[in-house]
Amino acid sequence: MIKKILVGVIFSFSHSFVFAQSNAEEIAKYRQMIADGNPSELYEAAGEELWKKPAGPKNATLEQCNLGLGPGVVQGAFAQLPRYFSDTKRVQDVESRLMTCMETLQGIASQDVIKESFGKGLRKDIEALTAYVVTASKGAKVQVLAAHPQEKKMFDLGKKIFNYQGGPMDFSCASCHAEDGKRIRMQDLPNLTLAKGAVEGWGSWPAYRVSSGEFWTMQRRLNDCFRQQRLPEPIYGSEGTIALSMYMAKTAHGGVIQTPGLKR
Amino acid sequence: MKSQYWRLAFGLITSFVVNSASAQRVDLEVQKILGQSFQAKGIAGLDRLVQDENQALCSDEKLRSSKAGLAKQAQLQKVALAAIKPPSDGIYVGDWKSGERIAQSGRGSTWTDAANTTNGGSCYNCHQIDKKEISHGNIGPSLIAYGKTRGYSEEITKYTWNRINNSKAYNACSNMPRFGHFQLLTEQQIKDVLALLLDPQSPVNQ
Repeated sequence: MIKKILVGVIFSFSHSFVFAQSNAEEIAKYRQMIADGNPSELYEAAGEELWKKPAGPKNATLEQCNLGLGPGVVQGAFAQLPRYFSDTKRVQDVESRLMTCMETLQGIASQDVIKESFGKGLRKDIEALTAYVVTASKGAKVQVLAAHPQEKKMFDLGKKIFNYQGGPMDFSCASCHAEDGKRIRMQDLPNLTLAKGAVEGWGSWPAYRVSSGEFWTMQRRLNDCFRQQRLPEPIYGSEGTIALSMYMAKTAHGGVIQTPGLKR
Repeated sequence: MKSQYWRLAFGLITSFVVNSASAQRVDLEVQKILGQSFQAKGIAGLDRLVQDENQALCSDEKLRSSKAGLAKQAQLQKVALAAIKPPSDGIYVGDWKSGERIAQSGRGSTWTDAANTTNGGSCYNCHQIDKKEISHGNIGPSLIAYGKTRGYSEEITKYTWNRINNSKAYNACSNMPRFGHFQLLTEQQIKDVLALLLDPQSPVNQ
């Protein structure tokens, strides 16, 4: 029902695009109109429930999960991710960290999440949990300096992957996201190489996508970018995807987090 | 099994590229991590992560604009230009109406597409073409009145044919896909897209 209304609103807006001064302006207006009813809230509520409900072979909750600010601290935790975790000896984004917590606290194998599809089963649980965690950083500033050597390494790797061309169309992330003021069709493309664009991109995902009626995490956003690049599929939570998130997050450092966002 | 095969092949091809590279270096660490971070899906195999010389050079921000990089770009452009085939029947200009449909379509070659899905040109994703189509991107230049402003000479026709076939013959690090080189579009499709730009009857030239 919500989706139908939203699609209706978007549809009526699309007619006025012709006369719009800018596409971004119209979308901003539209966001304002439904600011009180972002359907991400449904995912956030489901995530909070999953956080507190005993589950898995160990029948435990996630309430002792350490997202980087200490066991159980959710408030502001997303703002400082990705970061290096000494227990896993890895740099992790919010989704891979949640998988670690599920595995260590609840006994749910990360592989079971990785082999799932987006929006299904355990993957859907992680998506809801992600909605819960990121909402607790809404309005906070991105705090990702990549000071730890492993974080710096991931940033450098992320930058190289960002520029890595491949596939039958020669695309890299930079093909679309390295200049200001660019669009594909009517879709504005943030310049992810500079702070302003990086905040627009990194700071507004995860988001609820009205066109598909789904909540999309950053892992899913990246997945579909690579699909459109005509490249093979990035593995969920893989090092390459976390490196890209590190590149975006560090570039966005200091910017205000708007997620969960609302997208076309 | 198939994915393991590609992982192996990926490694082999990578080392081959490294050995044969002249100006550019393929970053082994990045290639290794990409090989571990991606999986084949549908028609999109891991072989798509293997770079040719052009992709490797243009992925290296520093090298591509260095003196050696620019020299390499010039050499790659020369090779690319020499490899473009003229139309087999000598006719360059196809049907602009079909060209408009091809320009509109962004379909094909993704892991959700079938192997026999006809590719579109995705032209409007990046270019303004027919001014009636307001939903156009701006990564590439506007092509409004393309023929009207440039003329319909043999020289312009051949240049346009080459540019659609392999834009990298003129700018090695252009953002435009190599439609002929990678057989993203058929010869007839390229003729039709060319007609959209160079047929005097095309709405582009009204």
